Order: sequence, then C-alpha cells, then structure tokens
Amino acid sequence: MAKEIKLLGTWASPFSHRIELALKLKGLQFHYLEEDLSNKSQLLLQSNPVHRKIPVLIHNGNPISESLVIMEYIDETWQHQNPLLPKDPYARAVARFWAKFIDEKVLWTAFKAYNDKGKEQEDAIEEFSQQLKFLEGELKGKEYFGGERFGFVDIAAFFILQFLTVLQEVKEAELMTEEKYPVLFEWMEKLQGNEVVAGCLPPREKHVAYVRARRAAAEEAASKTKAA
Amino acid sequence: MAEVVLLDFWGSPFGMRARIALAEKGVKYEYKEEHLLTGKKTPLLLETNPVHKKIPVLIHNGKPISESLVIVQYIEDAWSDTAPLLPADPYGRSQARFWADFVDKKIYDQGKKIWANKAGEVQEAGKKELMESLKLLEGELGEKPFFGGETIGYVDVALVPFYTWFYSFETIGNFSIEAECPKLIEWVKRCLERESVSKSLVDPEKVYVDLILVLKKMYGYE
Repeated sequence: MAKEIKLLGTWASPFSHRIELALKLKGLQFHYLEEDLSNKSQLLLQSNPVHRKIPVLIHNGNPISESLVIMEYIDETWQHQNPLLPKDPYARAVARFWAKFIDEKVLWTAFKAYNDKGKEQEDAIEEFSQQLKFLEGELKGKEYFGGERFGFVDIAAFFILQFLTVLQEVKEAELMTEEKYPVLFEWMEKLQGNEVVAGCLPPREKHVAYVRARRAAAEEAASKTKAA
Repeated sequence: MAEVVLLDFWGSPFGMRARIALAEKGVKYEYKEEHLLTGKKTPLLLETNPVHKKIPVLIHNGKPISESLVIVQYIEDAWSDTAPLLPADPYGRSQARFWADFVDKKIYDQGKKIWANKAGEVQEAGKKELMESLKLLEGELGEKPFFGGETIGYVDVALVPFYTWFYSFETIGNFSIEAECPKLIEWVKRCLERESVSKSLVDPEKVYVDLILVLKKMYGYE
C-alpha cells in the first residue's frame, strides 16, 4: 500500500535524494510529500520534533529521522532486494565510517571552502582537497565504494558531491575538477548514467538557479548583519 | 599484536564507549594509551586512523576501525552472540541509532562551550543548550531503567561516559546538572552498578584536574 510509506522531503536536498533512491532500489511504493521549509507542516513537526528537518520516513505511522539512520532502517526492514550494506561486520564498519566522514566533515568543509573568505577559506580549501583525496583513495581500483555494486557509501556520497558541483557552478569555483579527481569524476558519471539514480536528481538548471538564489539571500543577510 | 587492541586516551568519553562495549561482550583486549596531552601521536595511531588521527581506534586481527559509534556497532556485529546492545526489530534499532547520533551531535560541543570559555555569553549559551539536550534525553529515557530497556544498550553506552565530564562542566559553569535532571543522574548511578561501566569510566574529579584544567592551560582557554 502506497500510504504505508511516506517520505517527507524537499526536491533540492541531497539528504532527501538519498532516501528516494534507497526506497526505489528496494522496489518500494511510497507517498512523497514535498515540504516547504519556510512553512513546515504539522506532520513534519510532529514526526521530527527534535530536529524539525527533512528527510523523515514514516512507515506504518512510525517516523524515522536522520538520513543515514533512515537508510539503515530501510536496509534492515527490506532485506531481500539490493542490499545497501554488506553482510561482513568489518565491511559494514568501513561503510559506516565513510558515510559519517561525508556527513560530518566533507559537506561542512566544502561549504566553508566555497563560501567563506580570507584565511578561513584558504584553510578550508586545503582541507577539502585532502578530504577528496581520501575519498579518491578509498574508491580507487573499485567500480563503486560498495565494490562491484553501488551501496550505502555511494548513495551517501553521490548526492552530496553532486550538490557540491551545483554550488561550485554557482560560485564559479574550480575546487572539484576531473583533472584533480579523475576517479571520483568517473564514478560520478557512472552514477549519473544510471537511470534510477538520475531519476532522483532535480533538473540541473533548476537546482543551480535555486542554490544561486539561496546563496544571494544568505550573502545579503550576512552583509546586513555586518552593516547593522 | 594481540587479537583485539584499543588505542585510547584515559579521559576520552569516546574511548569509554568502546571500553564499555568490549566489556559487555566479554572481549579480552590490549589497551594502548595514546598520550594526547604530550601533543605527540604514535605512528600506530597515524597509520590506523590516517583520516582523523583520533582515538579511539579498535584494531581487530590487524584491521582498524575508527569513530566511536562505528566501533560500538562493529563490536555489536562482530560479537553478536552475547549481550546485544541493539534491539532485534528495525524500528527499535533506528530509534537507538537516532538518539546515539543526537548525543554525538550535541553533548561534546555544548559541553565545550562551557569548559573552554570564561563566564559570559558563550558559556551561558552552552549551559542552556546542554540542559535542553539532557532534558530531551531524560524524556526519552522516561520510566525505563535504561535507554536500552531492562539492560544497557547502545544509547546508554553512547551517553554515560559524558557523565565523567559533568563535574567539570558544573564546576566551571557554576551550575548543577543533577538539580535539573535528577532522573538522568539516577540513571547514571544504575549504569555504574554494572561492572562494564564502572570499570570503563574514570573519576570525574580526575578529569577536571588532570584533563580539563590542563587542556584549558594548553589551549589558552582561560
């Protein structure tokens, strides 16, 4: 029943895209609800009172929040199709490590690298470069982070890196290039060429325009605060 | 090298999580101290955790795992026959993971606002935020003896080590956590009745004198 699974998400969020893909890989029907983050629904506020963020998965009325937690839930609940995590405990630990690395380090460092100014930006650019090198190193020699088939880390990483290419376009920067990170770029192209994965991405023009508008608003707000 | 090695630092709440999990599972291991206060990291640490260069690192049959919650989940998966830390049902597991993640996102950073600053705006913000987080956790505990239910589980392991830093927060911030979260402190005492916890946690006053005050001096947080 479609109504058994609800996904609260937003079209522009890479965290939301992760869950869409995980559900589609498991062959699940679900009811997608687009949230307006400037006017959050009662359902969202009730389902995720702690963080009030998307994505939230609601299965049989039970809400789950935090995208990596949701992904593990989906994997454990629907085990037979397209496993996201490997069975071996060590391989699982490695996968969890890299997914955490992306969420806790890469994304935030990238924001600083693209958006900050001065020494903070320089330091962040250096750190971001180092992080991308680690990711390249982990991927090298493999089809996907998950090995022969893409899995947990690929899903976690792809939408974030894809989002960062959008931010990069908006900022007219060149921190992530094919020259510097050929392995990562080849892997991204492979996933972009996968119909199910690509189906979870918004149209690029729309995504770029949206991020551009959000950055402009953020920069205006910041300069107003400075001037005040 | 022993079959199971834990690279750790005596005062780290993150390291304590791994110690408790290993003890719960009855796993014999070699504890190796990283003397972080000297500012030097051993070649073993740099080799086994090149990405973060942090403890704890668990090395099982020569294979390293980093990040304390990843380590605890590994311990759970690798020694699955004893003392499960997570419930069997996926929904229960998701809730445990959510709350452990909440502890990770909030407690250390909020506590740091308190101990690493003089009295003032930042410290006050830290106190307010920490108490909000602890109250939420207290609410989640509810009437259960442990977050894991009848016995300690994943969230208990994730949170209880921070108790060793409460004395430092309270002394530096001049407030009482027990006054506002008495049920949480009762829960801590229940946890401490378990040997796995009492043997893994260190003396809060030692943390204050030999760690927090030392860090404050080292980094000029005075």
